[in-house]
Order: sequence, then C-alpha cells, then structure tokens
Amino acid sequence: MSSHDSHAQGHHEMGFIRKWVFSTDHKVIGIQYAVTAMLFLLFGFFLILMLRWQLAHPNTAIPIIGGFLPESWANGGVMTPDFYNVIGAMHGTIMVFLGVVPLSVGGFGNYLLPIQVGAQDMAFPKLNMASYWVFFIGGVIMFASFFLPGGPAANGWTSYPPLSVVAQNGQTMWLLGMVFLITSSLLGSVNFIVTGVQLRTKGMSFFRMPLFVWAQLVTSFLLLLAFPPLEAAGVLQLMDRVFGSSFFLPSGLIVSGEKLTVSGGGNPILWQHLFWFLAHPEVYVLILPAFGIVAEVIATNTRKPIYGYQTLIYSMVFLGFMSFFVWAHHMFMTGMGTNLSNFFQATTMIISVPSVIILTTLLLTLWGASIRYTVPMLFALAFLPMFAIGGLTGLPLGLAAADIHLHDTYYVIGHFHYVVAPGTLFGLFAGVYHWFPKVTGRKTNVALGKLHFWISFLAINGVFFPMFFQGMAGVSRRLYDPMVYAHVAHSQGLTVLSSYCSFILGAAQFLFLANIIYSAFKGKKVESDNPWESTTLEWATATPPPHENFPTPLEVFRGPYEYGLTPKGYSPQHLQEA
Amino acid sequence: MIVIPYVDKPHPLTGVTNAKFGIWLFLASEVMLFGALFSTLIILRTGSANWPLGSTELNVPLATINTIALITSSVTIVLAWASLKMQQIGRFRVYMALTLLLSAVFLVIKYFEYTHKFEHGHFPSTSTFFAIYFTMTGLHGIHIIGGMIVNAYLMGPGSAMWKKNPEQFTGRVECAGLYWHFVDLVWIFLFPSFYLL
Amino acid sequence: MTETTSWMPADAFAPRTAESPYGWGLPLNISTHGAGIDQLINILHWFCLALFVGWGLYFLYCLVRFRARPGHQPNPMLNHFKLPTFLEVGVAIFEVAILVFLAAPVWGSYKNDFPDEKDALVVRITAEQFAWNVHYPGRDGKFGKTDINLIDGTNTIGLDRNDADAKDDIFTINNLHIPVNKKVIAYIHSKDVIHSFFLPVMRVKQDAVPGMTNKVWFEANQTGSFEIACAQLCGNSHFRMRGQFLVDTPEAYQAFLVEEEKALSEASQ
Repeated sequence: MSSHDSHAQGHHEMGFIRKWVFSTDHKVIGIQYAVTAMLFLLFGFFLILMLRWQLAHPNTAIPIIGGFLPESWANGGVMTPDFYNVIGAMHGTIMVFLGVVPLSVGGFGNYLLPIQVGAQDMAFPKLNMASYWVFFIGGVIMFASFFLPGGPAANGWTSYPPLSVVAQNGQTMWLLGMVFLITSSLLGSVNFIVTGVQLRTKGMSFFRMPLFVWAQLVTSFLLLLAFPPLEAAGVLQLMDRVFGSSFFLPSGLIVSGEKLTVSGGGNPILWQHLFWFLAHPEVYVLILPAFGIVAEVIATNTRKPIYGYQTLIYSMVFLGFMSFFVWAHHMFMTGMGTNLSNFFQATTMIISVPSVIILTTLLLTLWGASIRYTVPMLFALAFLPMFAIGGLTGLPLGLAAADIHLHDTYYVIGHFHYVVAPGTLFGLFAGVYHWFPKVTGRKTNVALGKLHFWISFLAINGVFFPMFFQGMAGVSRRLYDPMVYAHVAHSQGLTVLSSYCSFILGAAQFLFLANIIYSAFKGKKVESDNPWESTTLEWATATPPPHENFPTPLEVFRGPYEYGLTPKGYSPQHLQEA
Repeated sequence: MIVIPYVDKPHPLTGVTNAKFGIWLFLASEVMLFGALFSTLIILRTGSANWPLGSTELNVPLATINTIALITSSVTIVLAWASLKMQQIGRFRVYMALTLLLSAVFLVIKYFEYTHKFEHGHFPSTSTFFAIYFTMTGLHGIHIIGGMIVNAYLMGPGSAMWKKNPEQFTGRVECAGLYWHFVDLVWIFLFPSFYLL
Repeated sequence: MTETTSWMPADAFAPRTAESPYGWGLPLNISTHGAGIDQLINILHWFCLALFVGWGLYFLYCLVRFRARPGHQPNPMLNHFKLPTFLEVGVAIFEVAILVFLAAPVWGSYKNDFPDEKDALVVRITAEQFAWNVHYPGRDGKFGKTDINLIDGTNTIGLDRNDADAKDDIFTINNLHIPVNKKVIAYIHSKDVIHSFFLPVMRVKQDAVPGMTNKVWFEANQTGSFEIACAQLCGNSHFRMRGQFLVDTPEAYQAFLVEEEKALSEASQ
C-alpha cells in the first residue's frame, strides 16, 4: 500500500505539474475531480438536450448542431434512431458515473472530508492521485467511444443483455470504461474510510463529525461493497463480447433471422441481478453526499443545531445497510413470483422509513430558526421538497402491483430525476456556492446566483413534473418517435413543455458558468476565513487552505452544529472557549 | 510539513495501522467480487441441464499440486513476515523468494493446463462450464500475478525501507501477506468448485 | 409527421371511453384485474399528495415565520418534538397496511389466479426485433410443434405444419385478437433480446425474456381497438414495435378465426 513519503511533499515550491497535474494534495485532487465531473455533466446535459429536441419535434432537423453531426447520427440534421439510443445510454452513464458521483464523492468528498475531520491529507495520498487518474482514463475511454465507427454504447445505461452482447463495438468500450471507473471508486472508497476513521484529529469523536463526513463514509462503504459485483458482471459481459462465451445468452437465439452461433446456456436475468445489486445502492451513493451538503448548508444558515443529529446518522447508516436488500424491485416484471417479490416489496417499504426520517429531521431543523436566504441556502431548501417528490413517487414503483402499469414508463424517469436532478444536483449547486469562498478565496455574485436558482428551480420542475402524467398514461421510456403510439401521441403537449423547459434549464446554466468562472478570477475577495460564520473545521483554516490544511493540528472541543448557544451566535468546533 | 499519523503505529481505537485497515477494506471488496462470481457459478450450474463433472473435464492431479504449492506459499510468506519480526532481513529474503518460486510453480502449471485445454478445443465459447472456468481461474491468475509483483518489490527495491522504518516495512509485508492469504483462500474455493464437485 | 394538435387535448382529463381511451394520466381500464391496480395507484397518490401538502404548508410557514430579520433570534433549544414521531409511525403503518391488504393481494392474484387452461383462450406471444408474433392453437386447442430451424421470413415462429396439432394453428403478426369476457392466458417468450409485452388499457406488463417463458392472464370486459407496446429497449426500432390489440365481441372473434382459417386453407392448396 502507498504511504506517505515526507521528502516529496515538503513545504518548498513545487513545479506546475507536481502541483496541479500529478498532485497528491487532496484539495487539488478534489478540484481536478470537480472540474472534470462538471465538464462531463455539461456534456451529458448537452446530449439530452438534442434528444429533447427530437422528442418535441420528431423528424425535424436539430437547429444548428444537426448540421455538424455525422450522417449516421443525424441524417440531414434529423437525429437517427441509433443516435437517439446512443444518447439515452450515454446520458445516463455520463451523468451517473462520470458526473454526479465524481463531483459529489471525488470532488466534494476529497476536498472536504480530510479538512472536516482535521487531517492534513488523505491516509494514502498517492493512492488518491491514482484513483483520479484511473477515473480520468475511464472517462477518456467513454468519451473516445463517440469516435468509434458505429458509435458508443446504445443499450441504455443498464446495458441489458442479450441486446448489449449482440450490439456494436461501442458496448465493449463502455464495459472497459466501466472497469476503470469501478476500480477508481474502489481505491477512493478505501482511502475515504481509512481517512475518516483513522485520521480524525484529537477530540473529533465519531459523534462530533459533521454529517457530510458521515454521508461520505456511508457512501464509501456502498461503493466498496456494491461496485465489485458490477465489475464481475462487466468482466462476464466482456467475455461474452470478446471471447464469445454465453454467460448471458440462452440457447436458441435468433437475431435478425439468423441463428446465433454461440454455445448458449446462459441467463440474461443474471446480468440484471448483478447490475441492480450495484445500481440500487448507487442511488444512495448519488443522494447521500447531497444530503450531507444540504445538512451543512442548512445548519449554517438556520443558525441553530441540526434537529436529531444522531437520529440522522443512524438513519443514514441504516439506509446504506438496507440498500443492499432491495435491488430486485427493479425486476418485478421479469417473471418474478410472489415470494421473492413480497420480500423485495417489504424491504423497499422498510427503506422508505429512514428516508422519511432524514427529510423530517431536516424540515424540523427549520422550526425556530433564523433563516438566512443565501444562494446556497436557496438550493438546499429547494432540495427538500424536490427530494420529497422523488421519494414519494418511489412508493408506487416499489409495490409490484402498481409497478405493473408504471414500470419502464416516464413515471420512472420523473421519479429518479426528481431524486438526482433537482435533488442531488441542487445539493451540489448548494455545495459549490457554499464552499466557493473557501476554495478560491473569492465570493460568487449573489444576484446572478439567485437568478440561476430561480430559473433552474422553475424550469426543472417543468421538465420533470409532466413526466408523471405521461408515465401514468403508459408512455414507455426510450421511444424515438412519440407519434407512433396513440397513447404516447396524446401527451405530446407535455413532451413539448418538458423539452422547452429543458432548453431554458440549459440556458440558465450559462449564468452559473459565467458566475463561477468570473468569480474564480475576478470575484470580490473574502474578508474573513469564515464568511458564513460556520462551526466546522474547514472554516478554521486559512483561505484557500494551505497545502497541509492545518499548520498545527487542531483539537476539537464540541459537536459540529453548535449555533445560537452563545451571544456570538456560533461556536466553532476548535475553540475551547465558545 | 504534512504528517500522516498511524503509518507505522496502530490507531488506539481500531488497533491497526492505516495500511492494514486499508487492506482489510480492499479484501472486503474482493470478497464481493469473487462472491458475485461464485454466485454466477451457482446460478449457471443449477440452471444447466448437463453441467459436466469437473474431474472428467479438468486435470485433478495438477490442480492438487497447485493447491499444495499455494498453501505452502501462504506458510512461507508468514515465515517471511515472522523473520522481520525477529529482525532477520536475510531470512525474510529467503522466505520471500520461496513464496515467489511457489507462485511461479502455480502459474507454470496453470499455463500447461490452459494450453492443454486450448489444444483440445476448449475455449470460453465452448460451453458455460469452460467460460466460467476460464473467467474465474483467469481472474484469480491475475490476482496471483499482482501479488507476485508486490512480493518481488518488497523482496527487492522495496526492502530499502527496512533501514529507514522497519516497523512500517514489516507492516507492508504483513499487508502483502494478508492479500496473499486471500488469493490462496479463493483458490481453495475454486479447486473443489471446478475440479471436484 | 407532427400533428397540429392543441397543446392540451380536450380529453386530457376527460373520462376515458373505448373511443377515447387515452389522455394525461391513467388510460381506460378494460381488464377485470386492473381495477385493483388503479385503486392502489390512486390511493398511493392521494397519500403522497396529503403528505406533500402537509410538509409543504409547514415548510412554507417556516420559511416565512423563521426568516432572519433584525430582532429575531434562533431558538437552539428546540430539539424534541413528539408529533413527527407519531407521523413517522403513521407513515410506516400505512405502508405496511397498503402492502399487506392491497398491493400484495392484487399482485398475488395477477401472478397466481390463473384460470384453467380448458376454460381460457391460450395464446403464445413471441417477441422479436421488432414485432409481436401471436400464435393461436386453433380449433383443436393444441399448439403444434415449433422448431427454431424452421424459422424463415414467412414462418416467423417456426411452426411445423407437418405436425398433426399444427394443421389448424393460426399465427398473426402485430395483431392480438381476444374475445371479450373470456379469460386469456398468454405465454410470453422472445427470440432474440428482452422485450416487454405491455397492454396499457389492460394493466398488463410482462418482460419477454429469451430462454424463458413467462405466463400472464387477463380478461377484457369491453370491446375496442387498442395498442400493444414494447416497454423494454430492444434496439434501434424499439419505438415502432407497436401491435394492435383488438377486443372483439364473441361473433367478431369467430369471424376473425374463420377468416384466418380460410386464408390458411387457401395457402396450403
């Protein structure tokens, strides 16, 4: 295992490459992750905007962009069904594995976890660097697949075989890319857990850790234990594709009128079990870090302690644990009998309880508060009702009988996007605005930030809320042309609404980009190391934090959210006399 | 200057160093990886109408030799670690070399087994039995190679640390040993699953 | 191909009829088991709405009442409320109740209450990229042998016409006829990749998985012409894997059978 080599990381000046490219400093790695992830988020979002155009105006040329796309993607500017499926698959993959997780865990986690526990760096700094670069290679492979003849994977982010096994070469690249991304996550999560457990500074007991740290630790355990089965599944699918094995191919397949020449004997449902065994915990990997961020922002801006701090921790741990036992609720329609489905329905109902508790505790924190409507607080507050909608709509999907009608419809898309888009992404926006002054030493523009919030908030609801009506109407996912089915064409008005809201949402993100890019270089300098008057340790160090975070190790004297107990209004963790 | 605590001393709460904690976590994820593959094996096998008997398809005597080689190598790597505990770096090198030798024996035998199968036209595409056999033993083989690289490094250039920080070096060898035991353990499950049952 | 319909069709929320079965929200239900599913979906949404409105009102109240302003102090001592705990327990009890008393029985009936094959119409539905092959056993009620080696452009299910049971078998493409008020058992299977057999008006959905045969049953209580949809991504033409689902009067169904039989005998001459 890697260990610290004190000579290489002395206090002397380092060259540009050592400092910004192959850095072992968790803060630089965090920024690298965050910037890479945000670029991928933009790319994934841009892809889906093209798809929304096709849905709103089927078989009409995509304005401007259509002309630049190769013939096989956009015929005379009109999106082809193949490219539609490419977007469907790659949007999901990019947003989940290259966007949200690297930003929330790789970016925020890397930057904040060591500082918040009072450590000088991660337990294994070189391993940390390796995990970023392995992630980077995975991202490059995924991106490069766009330049393959035949294009990238086009079989949904779930890559169900046999479709994915008989598909074009893009799928092989997808699997290779996934193997790298999974490996990166594993290295990262080992590092996070060891750092969080072993490197806490004096006085930082487990129940004095900020909720963000707890969220990252639970997330790391999920990544550590849930990702390997997908890695195994990825290897098996690679074997099927490259070496002609039949893990996921049953005997007697006839594809396009030709008998497939494989040994057969495999099981396509096996992939789904292995995939969802990861992909359900993955949902909590997506949401928990955002919970953590929202909890920090809410505590700071309500000026009072988080309600039920320990309850929240127990709920998160229980949520993480239970997330390993619900995966097959994604598979009710595969021909599952009543015993198995009753088990998974029951576990799904159980897992909704800690989610409700988490939401309730955050809502109760507002009671008796003194709410400062800062930009990060707006995003954090919006997270609560948005996550509530996402969570509540999971209920009909988690019951097999209701799922008969709703499975694989737009209802599902609406449900999980409410969790991850106005949910997680809003949490991440809150985090960016909240910690931006600490990371760069400069403030973001408040007016632009508020404009960004309000447009995004209204537009994103316009994108996803109509999907519930469409899903109830039975509109299936992944339909290239919405005019083929009568029951789909009936809600075309909603599709158009949804699409135009997504264009507005896209435009609003330029406000965000302009704000953070301008502010990073020209923004107003912060006057204090603790501009929000916060209590946790990242605000106790210089701005931006020095290479070793804390020149002398701090001691912690109290819990993370002691607000409003003294006339000053907040009691930083590291000050003996509040 | 950055100081990372518990690099060579155990943490008072967990009782382990960072590296040892890390390797246990890594092994937990490895358990999930091979666990998923063993589950796959069970599902494919129970779903198959004519799963072949391992002992008729595969070479049991060779695999038995391999099992003995790996178990012995687990013993020698413990002896290597114990030598360090007794401050005997020379004996450490001898036992580490033995470990490497035994793992090389394992790989050579595996190589002959594989080529023999290929000559007889048995490939991953032949049947799901051979597909899962090649996948799992192949992945296990990659783990062996990874372990050998680490062990060779610790025996060679990595042992320079012994002079600077013997405690940390001993800790590293212990971690390598833990990993090696895991790889050995996987084989102890693979052997009966494919060859005997 | 874009139609010039108004943004919101007049029947978006109108009562569903056989002539106008679709809109925004649940389509017409013509199955006997679908009422339970619809009831479940409706109860769950009312429950969600009640919770959301409750939370929302409280939330908005807090946002206004507890806003930071000169002279307003936060109260850090509020750290125990009893009411939310009761609400939590209430939510949990509701979930258990709905699972045990509604969701599980509806699902159990859908999965287990198969009619006797003698009393039902039995069909085999074989999905392929990108069509639904429907195989009827014919007058004898017995399916003829099928063999994948016989599959070609016209014999899409590989039916062996030399088999005695196969002589009167009928198969259609993208066309499922069933008689009204008769239970139907469908064996669902796929030739190539995973598809999903979806009848929106029947509240029926079943994945068609290659290498497996799944079984569903349903009974329609209204006639009309509806749609079969594919609900699982199955390739680049997934979007047009549309079939017709026709619920006929007993007379119309007989007429359909007679016509198919006539076509069959003409073809064999």
